[in-house]
Amino acid sequence: MSEVMISMSKIEKTYKLGDNIVHALDHIDLTIEEGAFVSIVGPSGSGKSTLMNMMGCLDKPDGGEYTLGGSHIDRLKDRDLAEIRNRKIGFIFQNFNLLGKLTAVENVEMPLLYRGVKAKIRRARALECLKLVGLEERATHLPNQLSGGQQQRVAIARALAGEPQILLADEPTGALDSKTSEDIMKLLTTLNNSGRTIVLITHDLNVARKAKRTVSIRDGRLQEGEHI
Amino acid sequence: MNLFTSIKMAARNIRGNKMRSFLTMLGIIIGVSSVIALLAIGQGSSKSVTDSVNSLGTNLITVNITNTDTHFTMDNLKEVKQATGVKSVAPVLSGRSTLRNGSTNSQVSVTGTTSSYLSIRQLTVKQGRFVSSLDEKFRQKIVVLGSDLATTLFENESPIDKKVLIDGESYLVVGVLNSKGGSMGSSSDDAAFLPFSTAQRLIGTTYITQFYAQAESQDSVNWAMAGISRVLSQTYSDSDDYSVVNQQDVMEAMSSVTSTMTMLLAGIAGISLLVGGIGIMNIMLVSVTERTREIGIRKAIGAKRKDIMLQFLIEAAVLSMLGGLCGVGIGILAAKIYALAVGGTIVYSLPIMAAAFLFSAVVGIVFGVFPAYKASKLNPIEALRME
Repeated sequence: MSEVMISMSKIEKTYKLGDNIVHALDHIDLTIEEGAFVSIVGPSGSGKSTLMNMMGCLDKPDGGEYTLGGSHIDRLKDRDLAEIRNRKIGFIFQNFNLLGKLTAVENVEMPLLYRGVKAKIRRARALECLKLVGLEERATHLPNQLSGGQQQRVAIARALAGEPQILLADEPTGALDSKTSEDIMKLLTTLNNSGRTIVLITHDLNVARKAKRTVSIRDGRLQEGEHI
Repeated sequence: MNLFTSIKMAARNIRGNKMRSFLTMLGIIIGVSSVIALLAIGQGSSKSVTDSVNSLGTNLITVNITNTDTHFTMDNLKEVKQATGVKSVAPVLSGRSTLRNGSTNSQVSVTGTTSSYLSIRQLTVKQGRFVSSLDEKFRQKIVVLGSDLATTLFENESPIDKKVLIDGESYLVVGVLNSKGGSMGSSSDDAAFLPFSTAQRLIGTTYITQFYAQAESQDSVNWAMAGISRVLSQTYSDSDDYSVVNQQDVMEAMSSVTSTMTMLLAGIAGISLLVGGIGIMNIMLVSVTERTREIGIRKAIGAKRKDIMLQFLIEAAVLSMLGGLCGVGIGILAAKIYALAVGGTIVYSLPIMAAAFLFSAVVGIVFGVFPAYKASKLNPIEALRME
């Protein structure tokens, strides 16, 4: 069968809020296979953002083990984590997080920029990704000249540009109307059908149901299926 | 990420904030341009001093008598002429008088001297002749004009054999000198020369307070100076009563004054560069805060701390180097304008320009380090959460 992409075992993360200790992640065990489309649902404060940061190597766990695409990353240094983010992960954010001063294609080629890819190859690859999301004609537009849905598609193209092993989407439809949301979800589904592993984090059950597998999180604990 | 891309990115950020970038650079621009302009002017004036001193001839010895109780006379001067190594001597009696031709008048320096003055000061006659020993003997009321003065009084006419009024008395113009140039208000172009005896009457002094001596050769300058001092010491017991200096001494004194001045100017300019650097740091810190989110995005996408640090550092360096370049241009222009407006000499020095420019780059990098470090330390999660 397919290989394991993400393997988390007994992942812990605690925060101190005054005298209280908050268990943002309380011994999380999670396995995601290659080619999966998993949605993680939970209300705000459930720890889903922390989990997302952890998966995305933006944060380090206090305890437990985390393997991503075969490499152990729970005890890596900052610079190695940056490398992993660059090569293995494609982020898609709720508010797109495009750089306003760069054109669409420049935004898309950014992951390759930090990888040291030559300008020509970079541009070609970025245009390819824009084509994939159907925005090749908007390549030279600035983000504020694009609609929300188009911006999110540029962001998806950017996530794809680095050919990551996993796409992490944090409320990708949170800032979009329902029609555009549907388009974005269709795009993600298409991407998944072509073999990409996608982890989707949302509080919206309707969105979560589009995924093949749903995991819910509450008070830092995971449960298979929808339990909200 | 390679350097060229970083520089392009920095240039773009600077262009995106033109007004702010300009104001940030202003400190550096003012600093660099003042270094270049002030040093060009300073070195120019020191060069013009050196040139004018050199043009007097290196054999020239200037003697000043400061004791006014014991008078130095022509007889004393004759003794000086006998001293070893001395080729010729010329007394100098200076004053200021008004010269008048018709309705044109001009206040100039009037020098009473003898015929040897011409060769000692290395002057040449354009028209007519210089003061002769006969004029001296018979107290002739004749005058030799400097070239500028002749133009002022007579415009295009030849002044030879014309009369001018000096302090109301009529003098015959017998000669005009060639232009020589000069500085420190002692230009021979704008002066009138009379026979020594005539000048004594005009100015109302009988004794000599200054005279020039010419050594036989450059090698015998020191001999001649010693000889002159020996003669003078027979008349004056105190060596403070007179001073004997050669051109070398004058030049050294002058260059020490100008080099002190140049150092001072450079110091002031350096301080303004430093202030400019602090301006850059200030703006870069603001910029880091403003672009926290951008930093977060870049980090999430895979920028390492090194990449972020380099980005801000290059931006600071590009900003300051751009300022430095503008400063060099404006400095050159400012010095040129000064030269055109005041007519002073200016000397551009390539090493100083290079140094000022490099210093501005260093200032940018040094003051860019702290903001860049701050940016690189940002936590990506918190940075992304920022609005």
